[in-house]
Amino acid sequence: MKVMAQMSMVMNLDKCIGCHTCSVTCKQAWTNRTGVEYVWFNNVETRPGLGYPRTHEDQERWQGGWERTRRGKLKLRAGGKIKKLATIFSNPKLPSIHDYYEPWTYEYDLLLSSPQGKQTPVARPKSLLTGKDMKIEWSANWDDDLAGSTATMQRDPILQHMSEHVAEELEQTFMFYLPRICEHCLNPACVASCPSGAMYKRAEDGIVLVDQDQCRGWRMCVTGCPYKKVYFNHKTGKAEKCTLCYPRIEVGLPTICSETCVGRLRYLGLVLYDADRVTEAASVEDEHDLLAAQRSVFLDPDDPEVVAAARAAGIPEDWITAAQRSPIWALISRYELALPLHPEYRTLPMVWYIPPLSPVVDVIASSGNDGEDARTLFAAIPQLRIPLDYLAGLFTAGDTRPVERVLRRLAAMRSYMRDINLGDPGNEETAAAVGMTGSEVESMFRLLAVAKYEDRYVIPPAHTEIARELEEMSCSLDFDGGPGMGGAGPFGSSSGKPAPVAVENFHVLQARQTADSPNGPSTPGRVNLLNWDGNGRPAGLFPPGSTPTDDDAHERPSTRATPPEES
Amino acid sequence: MSGATSSQILLWVVLPYVTFAVFVVGTFWRYRYDKFGWTTRSSELYENRLLRLGSPMFHVGLLLVVVGHVVGLVVPKTWTEAAGISETWYHALATYAGSFGALLLVAGLLILIYRRRTTGPVFLATTRMDKTMYVGLTASIALGAWSTVQTQLLEAGGGYDYRESISPWFRSLWYLDPQPVLMTGVPAPFQLHIVAAFLLFALWPFTRLVHAFSAPLPYLFRPYIVYRSRDASVAAREPRPGWDPSERPRDPR
Repeated sequence: MKVMAQMSMVMNLDKCIGCHTCSVTCKQAWTNRTGVEYVWFNNVETRPGLGYPRTHEDQERWQGGWERTRRGKLKLRAGGKIKKLATIFSNPKLPSIHDYYEPWTYEYDLLLSSPQGKQTPVARPKSLLTGKDMKIEWSANWDDDLAGSTATMQRDPILQHMSEHVAEELEQTFMFYLPRICEHCLNPACVASCPSGAMYKRAEDGIVLVDQDQCRGWRMCVTGCPYKKVYFNHKTGKAEKCTLCYPRIEVGLPTICSETCVGRLRYLGLVLYDADRVTEAASVEDEHDLLAAQRSVFLDPDDPEVVAAARAAGIPEDWITAAQRSPIWALISRYELALPLHPEYRTLPMVWYIPPLSPVVDVIASSGNDGEDARTLFAAIPQLRIPLDYLAGLFTAGDTRPVERVLRRLAAMRSYMRDINLGDPGNEETAAAVGMTGSEVESMFRLLAVAKYEDRYVIPPAHTEIARELEEMSCSLDFDGGPGMGGAGPFGSSSGKPAPVAVENFHVLQARQTADSPNGPSTPGRVNLLNWDGNGRPAGLFPPGSTPTDDDAHERPSTRATPPEES
Repeated sequence: MSGATSSQILLWVVLPYVTFAVFVVGTFWRYRYDKFGWTTRSSELYENRLLRLGSPMFHVGLLLVVVGHVVGLVVPKTWTEAAGISETWYHALATYAGSFGALLLVAGLLILIYRRRTTGPVFLATTRMDKTMYVGLTASIALGAWSTVQTQLLEAGGGYDYRESISPWFRSLWYLDPQPVLMTGVPAPFQLHIVAAFLLFALWPFTRLVHAFSAPLPYLFRPYIVYRSRDASVAAREPRPGWDPSERPRDPR
């Protein structure tokens, strides 16, 4: 047994209102730079829908993840090492920018600077790739809230695996949101695909990162990741991906997407797992067994044997305590509510989801029945095989039984807690019907519905005494431009010594804000407001002619370290 | 070096050694200074239809041509003859295999240049250094192809035997006993090709061509999943002794 710790996330989809706050704050924190305009480390998809990039779940086409050979071995679906090197000059399975979307901006400054005329000035969309006028035809969430889905929904890869009859009815019955970040898998296919060895899984907390100094831009990771959560920065020529906000995690703060989540649906915590059994679990024969196999890899942090092994493996004491308090362990293994996204890719993903019950409740309520009565709900869940099949296609490789079990537990919790809310004693029968006790249901309710900040995020800070220079680690995504910070370096736009993550200085900031020309605002030197971080008053923020005061001219951006608000 | 004119010394002694120095020092310096800029700078994301065709043609052709150059320049004529390969056979093989490689290379390069010029985003992403590099690369390749066609394919009577002149001169550079006189009478296309190639090599470390040094062969021998530890190098301070209580996680209750 080799105990390792993994920082992981669970999202409670019942609570997601699709507000995209996570996406926006993530973009502001990580990808508001030229070269990654099209990149969303965090995105929220409306399901059913095509996803981002379009139809990325169709592995017949994109060849992401692992597959099991007839001899029971795991093999990268896109081909082994020899094939990777043979196709290195032109990766045959790389999504093009149009499978994501062509990024654009608007000529905002024309609204202010155009002379008085008969017509109201308009801000035309300009491509951020070519600088030319463009027609906007797709984006990261084009089919948000099923917008235009009648035209595109049938290409949803999950729907295509379901029967035609089901697919037609779906549109009238339900939709839900699916926020996605990098899965920080236990068996990451992107890491396995990287010819340079630049991608790695951090041994301490399992976060998957790209070493920006070692990446050579071979683009195989983009193909390898079945979730398409590794992106190619087309300006620097290097791969970038969700970092699980490791600079925040290391000091005990939740990721920016979790911190700003309006619905408070994200949970962060440690899971202890047995690294020796990862490959075995990922290569079980039946896809339907993958969920159970992955669960069996996780180790019970309260088991004295596991604790002893964890100590022997050098996991600090406070990390073990944190693993015992972990909401992730509770949701995945104690309550068995959370399910992995697409276990059939065999990467053992570590961002899990609690499937939404809401569509079921809504459907029952709209048919005139009591949507929160336990018996009605229990009866309705299996009959509503539309969402069940769809959810199973997302979370259990098509096996509806685990999904049904989770939904029954959620339904039982609703019903049990309603009784208590109405002043009645909780009905133990309801709890027993899903294999729980009343007090278990109540503590589950506390974790799911009350969801205090300190219960949702149990993040032990990294141990600086065992770390090399933490914030100076080589995954330095946080700069743009290059030497001289004023734009392109001598060997192309991305050359030069990297600026350390922690030292984002005035020039970097200024360069980032004005780096977009010629593809940015049509007036050179103007600040692109989309890239502005709200600090200071950089030159070009206002049209020329309006003179800032002396105070503003000397104002420098301050580094902010805001402590988390206790809720 | 006796009997060499000063222009011969400049072209066939000074230029090679200066190029070599710039190439080695420049590469070392670039690697130290600019690991982040050390990339293929792929533009496949923008456009794949032409790249899918042009890039493999170019690179495979280039590999063939590189192998041909190594054999032609490094292996002395006496060795191949000792191995029983007659001049006629050697020449035929070198000419036809070389021409095939050159055909792939030139066709691939033409496709890539056409693509780079006509695809909007690709052209916008082309830096000044890229353009300079393309000039050097195209010049070397075009002159090389021209010398092969003119002196080997079109010329009657077995073609020009560079293994009596260019190859010994090339090897003499490495013995630190340069003999520029050997280059007397070498056809002009060859001379131009060699000078262009030296200029390209001098430019090499400062362009995206450095990605050639990153051919990811170790990938074949490493395990699939890479783990790295934060404490891979130096610890900030000594680890605490085991009896030292460590802090509990933040517990606001």
